[in-house]
Amino acid sequence: MALLEVKNLGISFGGLRAVNAFDIEIEKGQLYGLIGPNGAGKTTIFNLLTGVYKPDEGIIKLDGENITGKKAIDINKAGIARTFQNIRLFKDMSVKDNVKVGLHNHHPYSTLEGILRLPRYFKVEKEMDERAMELLKVFDLDREADLLASNLPYGKQRKLEIARALATDPKLLLLDEPAAGMNPNETKELMDTIRFVRDKFDMTILLIEHDMKLVSGICEKLTVLNFGEVLKQGDTSTVLNDPQVITAYLGE
Amino acid sequence: MSFISYLVTGISLGSVYAIIALGYTMVYGIAKMLNFAHGDVIMIGGYVVFVAVSNLGINPYVAILISMAVCTVLGVVVEKVAYKPLRNASPLAVLITAIGVSYLLQNVALLIFGSDTKAFTSVVTMKNITLFDGQLIIPGVAVVTVLACIVIMIGLSLFIKKTKAGRAMVAVSEDKGAAQLMGINVNGTISLTFAIGSGLAAIAGVLLCSAYPSLTPYTGAMPGIKAFVAAVFGGIGSIPGAMIGGILLGIIENLSKAYISSQMADAIVFAVLIIVLLVRPTGILGKNIQEKV
Amino acid sequence: MIMMSEQKKTKGKLKLNKVTKNDLITYLMVVIAYVIVEILLKTGNLSSLLQGLLVPLCTYVILAVSLNLTVGILGELSLGHAGFMCIGAFSSALFSLGLKDSIANEGLRFFIAILVAAASAALCGILVGIPVLRLKGDYLAIVTLAFGEIIKNIINAIYLGVDSHGIHISMTDTMSLGLEPDGKVLIKGAQGITGTPHDSNFTIGVVLILLSLIIINNLVHSRTGRAVMSIRDNRIAAESVGINITKYKMIAFTISASLAGVAGALYSHNLSTLTALPKNFGYNMSIMILVFVVLGGIGNMRGSVIAAVILTLLPELLRGLNNYRMLIYAIVLIAMMLFNWSPRTVAWKEKMAEKLKRTKKEEV
Repeated sequence: MALLEVKNLGISFGGLRAVNAFDIEIEKGQLYGLIGPNGAGKTTIFNLLTGVYKPDEGIIKLDGENITGKKAIDINKAGIARTFQNIRLFKDMSVKDNVKVGLHNHHPYSTLEGILRLPRYFKVEKEMDERAMELLKVFDLDREADLLASNLPYGKQRKLEIARALATDPKLLLLDEPAAGMNPNETKELMDTIRFVRDKFDMTILLIEHDMKLVSGICEKLTVLNFGEVLKQGDTSTVLNDPQVITAYLGE
Repeated sequence: MSFISYLVTGISLGSVYAIIALGYTMVYGIAKMLNFAHGDVIMIGGYVVFVAVSNLGINPYVAILISMAVCTVLGVVVEKVAYKPLRNASPLAVLITAIGVSYLLQNVALLIFGSDTKAFTSVVTMKNITLFDGQLIIPGVAVVTVLACIVIMIGLSLFIKKTKAGRAMVAVSEDKGAAQLMGINVNGTISLTFAIGSGLAAIAGVLLCSAYPSLTPYTGAMPGIKAFVAAVFGGIGSIPGAMIGGILLGIIENLSKAYISSQMADAIVFAVLIIVLLVRPTGILGKNIQEKV
Repeated sequence: MIMMSEQKKTKGKLKLNKVTKNDLITYLMVVIAYVIVEILLKTGNLSSLLQGLLVPLCTYVILAVSLNLTVGILGELSLGHAGFMCIGAFSSALFSLGLKDSIANEGLRFFIAILVAAASAALCGILVGIPVLRLKGDYLAIVTLAFGEIIKNIINAIYLGVDSHGIHISMTDTMSLGLEPDGKVLIKGAQGITGTPHDSNFTIGVVLILLSLIIINNLVHSRTGRAVMSIRDNRIAAESVGINITKYKMIAFTISASLAGVAGALYSHNLSTLTALPKNFGYNMSIMILVFVVLGGIGNMRGSVIAAVILTLLPELLRGLNNYRMLIYAIVLIAMMLFNWSPRTVAWKEKMAEKLKRTKKEEV
């Protein structure tokens, strides 16, 4: 059984059909790419998968559980975490605290225990600190742990978003244009990190990306989206050499 | 008969709210900010007419024109000095600044004119209309206020639909960036909006003080807040909405004063705001806008 | 190996200190200020004018730090803070007045009265919060203002008395309470409550300031505080990592309201007559507290304490300045916002910071 199963997903805004009859199946441990021209509906699909929008029709199943139409927090609890195209960090909080917000649901203690500083507060906070530093180390951010998130350079902000998403211990990680705004060196480094994350955390990853070098370099399977519909789906090399896909990208 | 009489005063008060609400709604539509100081511009408008008529002996109609000029300049200056530098700041910062401007105007007025209540002489010379053998008296001020409100609304609607500057306002309120690219002078348009809103506030001030002839530095604060309630009630950004919201609010306030409790009238007006925002946050005629992710 | 673990230990300790050190400095400042004032009091060096200001000062400080929880940590502008203070003031005064004869121990009675104030203001915070926290930005601000005014209006219209049959409440006048001859009127509408025992004093005020600071600071540095701040910084991202927006907004708002209620109890037990005037419980009061928060730095608790003290004392100390007090507040608000946000001053600040860095480097 596939980890993520989506059937006949669709949504309209006003009269505009943004996504239509979208199907996808992602196996556990896969590195999957979602590509397509600007305005094809890629981010809308992410928003549908993560509960930001409610689909008009279709079914989304994660690990066999039907999560269609659930709220964003419940979908995160069910096991989908994401990053955003226009970075959405907690700007006025430290780098470490950004990750600790991600750890929130896995390391509980009550508000009262926090205010009264009962023993459990110290115990759980220590666990969180250790786990957060571990995650930051993966992304080479451990030395910046006490900086404000907004003071990080752009490339590191994107990495911090991935670290924060991983902190929620997801089954499926969605990355929305992780390489946007990075130079070729940073992109190459990011590719290694993504591969490392997949191997180390045994993670399943679905990513949106325009950088074809990154897509062909790390994705095993691809779905090409055009005008809100699936244009092509399959192995990366097959899809990228498809004449229809090339036309969609380069125009007539 | 007393019910009709309360209704008439309610509509008249509501018309004043409507004129103030027009200023709120236009500024909110274009600058996307709650101009907390708008109510205090009304108070300044009232003082200008008071000083011009009582102290300088100027003809009341000329005084109204002077007052409009002063308020227009005041509105534009406030926008340029306090709001324009904050156009890309957080909404919290803009709101705090607007509250600051409101306080500034109140306290400058307090220092110049003192805290004592000034008896405002009505500038409306129209006689009261007596109907049904004196059972129903419609104050002349009420008639003038309602007429003024209707004229202003029609004028403003025509201005926005028919003139280039008016259409520029609509464009800027829809999308500042796109308007700029189309060659519209965004800063100029925003200034014009503040100018019109403040000029209207002067008229509202004169009408308010003519109907309730007492003037203090705090005269504008409550009507200002209530007019914002009216603007939200009618749907923020909508000109007919401001008119409907204002008049409904005036009626609600006056009838609650008459039949429920004069002390609780303000509480009831605010309760209306809360209910509207919970049931239909976009108001009677407002549009729905969704946040982009 | 041993050395390494030792090193780790000290490092861990230092880090813990770094978070709490800042808070400890704030607490220490309050204690030092308290000791100085007490010495001045004992040696008779404090004018009666200033002595009268001590308890109100504590009230303002608590109000400022509690509002800063809503504005700085939750990131929403509340203009109804005085309403919660009003609830706390009246509920606790009513409690103390009603049980003046039953509980003889002043300390115990005031302690319970403070709890009553905190609980009733918190309850009110929950009731207000449920509808209000669904809104955002300007709408939230104006609705909190509306709630504050509604609370003040209702309290102004309430008449409450007790007799052998229990409690009687009316919204019209004293007569309509229908009390028996032995009955006692406790709240007389717009005339408010008279005869509240004078239980507040400076020491209790300072203790309450410290408690408020500890509660807020500990909250901010806990899991709950991080959740609240994440909502402030980016609601959509917070939702995407599984933060329950409504729950944490509600917690922050309720704690803020309940501390304002505590400030109300301190305030009401310092006055023999308590009335709900626009001056003390209207939105003007809410805005004055907001000025303290803004001047002290949004989100900065120590700043709120300092700003509340300075802005309360300054106009009283410099005679003649009192007339200009509100004018100064207004200018402070505008100037602070322009200084922090205007592109021109932001660029200037960056330039100065750059310069400072360069000179420091050159020195090295």
